[in-house]
Amino acid sequence: MTTASMHQSRLVTPAGLTRASAFTALLVALPLVFNAHWMVNLLFFTVLYAAMSVAWNLIGGYAGYPSLGHAAFFGLGAYGVSLVFTGSQVLSNGYEPFLLLPLVGLGAGLIALPIGLIAMRTRADVFAIVTITLLFVAQTLAFNLKGLTGGAQGASVAPPPFRLEIFEQPFYFAAAALLLLAMGLTYLAVRTKIGLALTAIRADEDKARGIGIRTTAVKLMAFSVSVGLVAMAGGIWAYYVGFVYPQFAVDPLLTIAIVLMTFLGGRATLWGPVLGAAILMPAQQLLAYYVGGSRLYLIAYAAIFLLIILLLPRGVLPTVFHRRRLSALAATASQAEAQAVPSTGPEVLRPPTVMASEPSYVQTSAGERR
Amino acid sequence: MHALIQGLILGVLTGGVYALMASGQTLIFGIMKVVNLAQGAFVIASAYLAFTLFTRFGIDPFLAVLITTPLMFCIGAAGQWLFLRPLRRENAAELSLLVTFALALLIEGILSVTYSTTYRSINTGYANKSFEVAGYTVSAVRLYGFLLSIALLGLLYGVLQKTRFGRAIRATVQNPQSAALLGVDATRVQAYGFGLGISTAAASGSIFGLLYPFQSGSHYDLISRLLSVVVLGGLGSIGGAVLAGIAIGVVSSVAAVLWSPTWSEMSFFVVLLLVLLVRPQGMFGRVERGAV
Repeated sequence: MTTASMHQSRLVTPAGLTRASAFTALLVALPLVFNAHWMVNLLFFTVLYAAMSVAWNLIGGYAGYPSLGHAAFFGLGAYGVSLVFTGSQVLSNGYEPFLLLPLVGLGAGLIALPIGLIAMRTRADVFAIVTITLLFVAQTLAFNLKGLTGGAQGASVAPPPFRLEIFEQPFYFAAAALLLLAMGLTYLAVRTKIGLALTAIRADEDKARGIGIRTTAVKLMAFSVSVGLVAMAGGIWAYYVGFVYPQFAVDPLLTIAIVLMTFLGGRATLWGPVLGAAILMPAQQLLAYYVGGSRLYLIAYAAIFLLIILLLPRGVLPTVFHRRRLSALAATASQAEAQAVPSTGPEVLRPPTVMASEPSYVQTSAGERR
Repeated sequence: MHALIQGLILGVLTGGVYALMASGQTLIFGIMKVVNLAQGAFVIASAYLAFTLFTRFGIDPFLAVLITTPLMFCIGAAGQWLFLRPLRRENAAELSLLVTFALALLIEGILSVTYSTTYRSINTGYANKSFEVAGYTVSAVRLYGFLLSIALLGLLYGVLQKTRFGRAIRATVQNPQSAALLGVDATRVQAYGFGLGISTAAASGSIFGLLYPFQSGSHYDLISRLLSVVVLGGLGSIGGAVLAGIAIGVVSSVAAVLWSPTWSEMSFFVVLLLVLLVRPQGMFGRVERGAV
């Protein structure tokens, strides 16, 4: 924690507001400017994955619980929407399914509570294993509960009645709204004590509990919110593609894509996952376009994957912030040397937990609070 | 009752193979705290190798183990050297998950390019042979596979207990820093240890290929089962993995007999869930601060 970021404890800052409104304007303008179908389709998937990455970042980035099971909840949301559709006569296939989404998110969030309670008895690697197993449980269920999911035949969702010229746009705006919601929630968490609690849990959970942070409650909340958002993304996706198959609704590649996007952009940063999605999704689509027909796609994808991790293990944003901080430090140091005046920064109480054990993390934390 | 005991026999025989696969995975975790998500992919790759050796050169899959095991060892050691060794940073544990997942994808991709994605199976002359023992049927392939697995597990145990290299590995598992201080070359132990862990995939791949039809995507099914076994046994405990492998093999085949084969898959996860509720560190895992 740098002193500067501790001073900005106000929830709403002018700079933050400017950034938020600029980003919102950008999100709204993009599909109107680039309105070709393939472009809006690409934008939709980018924004949808960005929303999921931001959501994953809450638990995987800030709290340091690398969940590999988020795809299970994506599937839950997808099947949730398809079920409500086929089961109820009330719902028409216009804009109403979008109104259903908050319910889907809430339901998934509630289901996540007992699951999270059990899964979070483990940490780090074991948690990753348990959650990836969860993903396979969900896939097996999707294949086997034929009454609910239609099994391997898949479940269909009524085709949306939108005009062909703007067919993708309602979905895009729903995804964009979800992205803004996810970012808003993340911002809120980071600017309040919850963010500190999450970072403390990541740095050293036992110590965090020792100093009185209610670790279980905070973890569960983050997990629940995170997978709730992903379930909503699943709902939008199901309505968009119109057909829900187990192998696509609960896809290990989806989990790994959002994790990779978060890692590429920078974990535990607000904008990192968005940046990661903005880079990777077009790249993925491009790759699928050029080599998708052949089986080379997987190889190319894995190669890019390995390259990113080996070359940029920290992610883009933290690397940039780190460089910038280093050069700033160097500048101040040389200045101080020249003037030979001791530094006069005010002594500020630092939260002890975050300082504890991860110096590298502390170095990058200046950027994380943006 | 007859069906139940039949299921039990089947479960023990299948469980032995899972035990072999999982022992490699848990060894890798013990040495370098890496959860190897590519273990299943290496098993499938070995199955394809055995398939090629059998169809092209007529080498029996059980004999092919002599070729595939050293090969897998080299591939594993090289993979560790290339992709995992550079990750010596603060979040190496999480990054290594991603790296091994990427490796799994890479292997899947390479396999599906070389062999296409249709299901293959290795049909040897004795594929459908079986023995009758006191009224119970024991498939020959399963029995040989089980015996081979047990023999290899014994060999692995011998290597770990009796050789200098094994002692270096065990020392690294117990305490990496002290081991390094005492002159254990950590870099070498990690590369060779990873190779050793992967090499268990070779024999299990041959057996898997004999038992089930497989394709490049089959590693997803395998990895979820393997992870259940490894967590159940306690990460890093080879003995635990062996017991858990057999236990889960028995539970799932008994579930298949009593309930339905479609749901026997789930029994892995149910067992895992129950264990986590009671003992998050698994049956034989040690509680390490910050790990579990």
